[in-house]
Amino acid sequence: MELVLSAGIGVFAGSGIWLLFRPRTYQVVVGLALLSYAVNLFIFGMGRLRLNAPPVLEKGVAGGFLTHTDPLPQALVLTAIVIGFAMTALFLVVLLASRGFTGNDHVDGREER
Amino acid sequence: MTIEIAQTLLLLLVLTPFVGSLIAISLPSDRSTLAAWLSGTIAFLCLAITTSLYVFVIEGRVLRTDIAWIPQFGLNFTLRMDGFSWLFSALISAIALLVVVYARYYMSAEDPVPRFFSMFLAFMGAMLGLVLSGNLILLSIFWELTSIISFLLIGYWYHNANARDGARMALTVTGTGGLCLFVGLLLVGHVVGSYDLDVVLASGDTIRDHPLYVPILLLVLVGALTKSAQFPFHFWLPQAMAAPTPVSAFLHSATLVKAGVFLLTRFWPVMAGTDAWFWLVGLAGLSTLLLSAYFAIFQQDLKGLLAYSTISHLGLITVLLSLGSPLAAVAAIFHTVNHATFKASLFMAAGIIDHETGTRDMRRLSGLFRYMPITATLAMVASASMAGVPLLNGFLSKEMFFAEAIETHRVNLLDTLTPYVATLASLFAVTYSLRFIYTVFFGPKPHDLPSEPHEPPPWMIAPIGFLVLACLVIGIVPSLTIGPLLHTAVVSVLRDATPVYSLAVWHGWNLPFFMSLFALVAGILLYVVMRPYLATSVEGPPYFRRLQGQRIFERILVTISWKWARMVEMKAGTRRLQPQMRILIFAAIVATATPLLGGRFQPTDFAFRGIDPVFAILWLIGMACAVGAAYQAKFHRLAALVLLGGAGLVTCITFVWLSAPDLAVTQLLVEIVTTVLILLGLRWLPKRFEKGDAAAMSVGVRMRRLRDLVVAVTAGVGLMLISYTVMTRPMPETISSYFLERAYSEGGGTNVVNVILVDFRGFDTFGEIAVLAIVALTVFSLLLRFRPAAESLERPEQQRVQNAFDARHPERETGESVAEYLHIPSVIMRWLFPVIGMFAAFLFFRGHDLPGGGFAAGIALSIGFILQYMSSGTRWVEERLRIHPLRWISVGLLVSTATGLGSWMFGYPFLTTHSRYADLPLIGEMPLASAILFDLGVFSLVTGATVLILIALAHQSVRSPRAHMRSVKLSGKEKS
Repeated sequence: MELVLSAGIGVFAGSGIWLLFRPRTYQVVVGLALLSYAVNLFIFGMGRLRLNAPPVLEKGVAGGFLTHTDPLPQALVLTAIVIGFAMTALFLVVLLASRGFTGNDHVDGREER
Repeated sequence: MTIEIAQTLLLLLVLTPFVGSLIAISLPSDRSTLAAWLSGTIAFLCLAITTSLYVFVIEGRVLRTDIAWIPQFGLNFTLRMDGFSWLFSALISAIALLVVVYARYYMSAEDPVPRFFSMFLAFMGAMLGLVLSGNLILLSIFWELTSIISFLLIGYWYHNANARDGARMALTVTGTGGLCLFVGLLLVGHVVGSYDLDVVLASGDTIRDHPLYVPILLLVLVGALTKSAQFPFHFWLPQAMAAPTPVSAFLHSATLVKAGVFLLTRFWPVMAGTDAWFWLVGLAGLSTLLLSAYFAIFQQDLKGLLAYSTISHLGLITVLLSLGSPLAAVAAIFHTVNHATFKASLFMAAGIIDHETGTRDMRRLSGLFRYMPITATLAMVASASMAGVPLLNGFLSKEMFFAEAIETHRVNLLDTLTPYVATLASLFAVTYSLRFIYTVFFGPKPHDLPSEPHEPPPWMIAPIGFLVLACLVIGIVPSLTIGPLLHTAVVSVLRDATPVYSLAVWHGWNLPFFMSLFALVAGILLYVVMRPYLATSVEGPPYFRRLQGQRIFERILVTISWKWARMVEMKAGTRRLQPQMRILIFAAIVATATPLLGGRFQPTDFAFRGIDPVFAILWLIGMACAVGAAYQAKFHRLAALVLLGGAGLVTCITFVWLSAPDLAVTQLLVEIVTTVLILLGLRWLPKRFEKGDAAAMSVGVRMRRLRDLVVAVTAGVGLMLISYTVMTRPMPETISSYFLERAYSEGGGTNVVNVILVDFRGFDTFGEIAVLAIVALTVFSLLLRFRPAAESLERPEQQRVQNAFDARHPERETGESVAEYLHIPSVIMRWLFPVIGMFAAFLFFRGHDLPGGGFAAGIALSIGFILQYMSSGTRWVEERLRIHPLRWISVGLLVSTATGLGSWMFGYPFLTTHSRYADLPLIGEMPLASAILFDLGVFSLVTGATVLILIALAHQSVRSPRAHMRSVKLSGKEKS
């Protein structure tokens, strides 16, 4: 389980970083999206992987690690997902604006010589 | 008056000017008289408070007000008034009152006068705060405030380039000094172990014997000497004369420049008396005293002369402080007061001359006595005091200075030179004072002055008259007037070391008197000799003229901020994104790897047992999607988007699999919105086709790609190793168990993730939704200005094909096929709208107990909205449905803020949650924590932000045909 997920995180991050280095704005946006998956999963993994132990309690019973997984990384990742969406939206719009102003989709706003 | 009332008054003394400043700045710019009355009232109030507090500071007593600020770090908002700071407070508020009266008539109606008084009051507050601070950090803050506000005041006439330059120079010099002082004071706090001024003042020996004494001394001195315009930092003060004259009278004679000597006097008991102090302070003071007095003779600008004379007198005070003898310290305090009285009145007189004649150039002014006899008489008395003529206050402190100068304090060259330098500087002072009076008021009638001079309004002269009266009274009966006040101040500084001194006017035929006499006679002779030269000479002293401080300053500034900055940018900077990204990622890799390798990081051995084959296959698909997306993103954007969605889906399933239902729901919904969003954007990107011959790629490009691949793979593998190692180790003790244990009992909800978000860490969430709102507004405003590129303006190919089909068939109208496109799905999507709305409500209400919550519900509802846009088109939707995303956003922010504030009403901290369950008919038992209101705010804001972003993008397709038409029309016009 851990091995598969960590390999997945590695591949997501690697692909994302590769795309960050590319010259086209769309590539960078896709790269950032991939990288944010990787980072979210990484943070999530810091709470360790548990099956069938969602952090949802029985009414009136205090929870604990015996029966529930770590809720904190989940709370962090939940907001990270929403903020990640906002960031993707912002970059996409910056990309469009830059495309409109410069007439090309190079990250520097002008093609390389 | 009880001590409690006195403490409150002390606080009011500092706060009132700032409150007045805020009121003044909000006045309309033409209410100048009202602003003047306001300022005058406040200055008077401050003077009254100061006067009433006198009984609390006599005989070395200290009045303190402590308000806890950050008590954990020993930082308190402490105000502390002793005799010395009382004297300064009285000086500040009295001169402020006089200057306000003067400024009321000086400032012209065209200027934004309330703004002037607002800054004036703020400066007064900062200055009072500075002298009354009982804490080193607080002192430093007020110190900076005086620098900043004086920058604003000097630059008050910001349309004037000289004012701007002068203001900038003053801020750069005093600001740098302030920074040094701050570091110095931090060191003092470190050495003493407390920032409290009383503790610091009682630890003189600790400071003087500490190895850090010299660094502390240097830093504090840079701060004090820059502020008091001492050599070699003196050059900013003459440049600051571009300020309105009331500013010069208040800041550059009585208050701001005195802050430096105030600080030196304040720290005199704990820092003075060492060789380092003697040499550093003495050298700075003596050279300033002599050079500035010499320079002052050669100024042609009235205010320039006064500025150099101010610098010289400040130098005199500095010399007195350098000597380390208690008697000299008494003289220093005395001269500070005397100088403020005569110099403020002289500045005001210079302002009147400028105001009435239109010039300050001494080569053009002459014979003004016949036009303005009262001003002339007052200015003559004040100048005589500046020159040190007997029976005036300037004479008294100068005599004390001479007496101290001949005294031997240390056997060295500097000490031996002091009396000679003192006499010479005093001689120069006589010359420039005489020149000021003689040139301006006597001689032939002036010709071709910009305006006909006459006596100003009586209220403009009154402040000068008052100050000159003070010069006379102090000068004739010192022990009856200033005596007790001075004594209170001296006792508070020197305490047990207070010497026996006499303020008598006449001390007999002693050496100091002969020195004064010599300076007076020789000074007059010097003026007689130099008068023909000075009548026509250019501005500035001969020889030294070329070596101007401000020139050197400007040159240094240009070198650092322009030449060097550009060089660094050329050599080390790039405006290209790709190298920056490479450096960033590379640095991240190095920063992670270094401590790991240094700490002998041991990755856990791979264990292939126990892998669920379904999970493994799932992730094989996920990895393939990610790599595929990376591979296709350049030429096949839609494919890359689909693959990205695949990777997102795998992430989402992983969350379900690994006990994170909340994340799965949110991720799934976000995935949908992101895909729609990028689909909306794809249309506006330029078409890009694969060239086919990949073999033609140059070697350089191949090498670059290989390097990027290596970095990417390294990062990926590293991240994999780290995450694998962490995940396979046992969990250490964290704060998470706290949340698990208390989510129900204290948060009133069983879904721990949601309880954390809206209750335990509600403030974080509050910040995050604010970020979301900001992003949405940014997107909105960016898209308002966005114009699609010309080549993407025409209709998409599919639409053109369908329109062509319509054109070929006579029974069809153009556009019909496009409209019919996806007809049945669009009906279904319309029907789905209420269903999705219901689903969002469901997600929202179960949120506190079961997976769901405001974030997920908000995104779900926005999907409902965007589906309508997709199925029926922007126009159709907006004709039928009024969505106001901005209102959703603002309501969301307001609701969550109000919920947070609500807990204040019950005496709890911001965002404290109250929780209970309620039995509702039909729905059943429902959690009704106040957190659900907060979550409602989150929901509303997320909906609004998401919809705003999506709609803004969707609108581009409505705008672009119009823009297209316009551009077609324009090009048509150009051709015709």
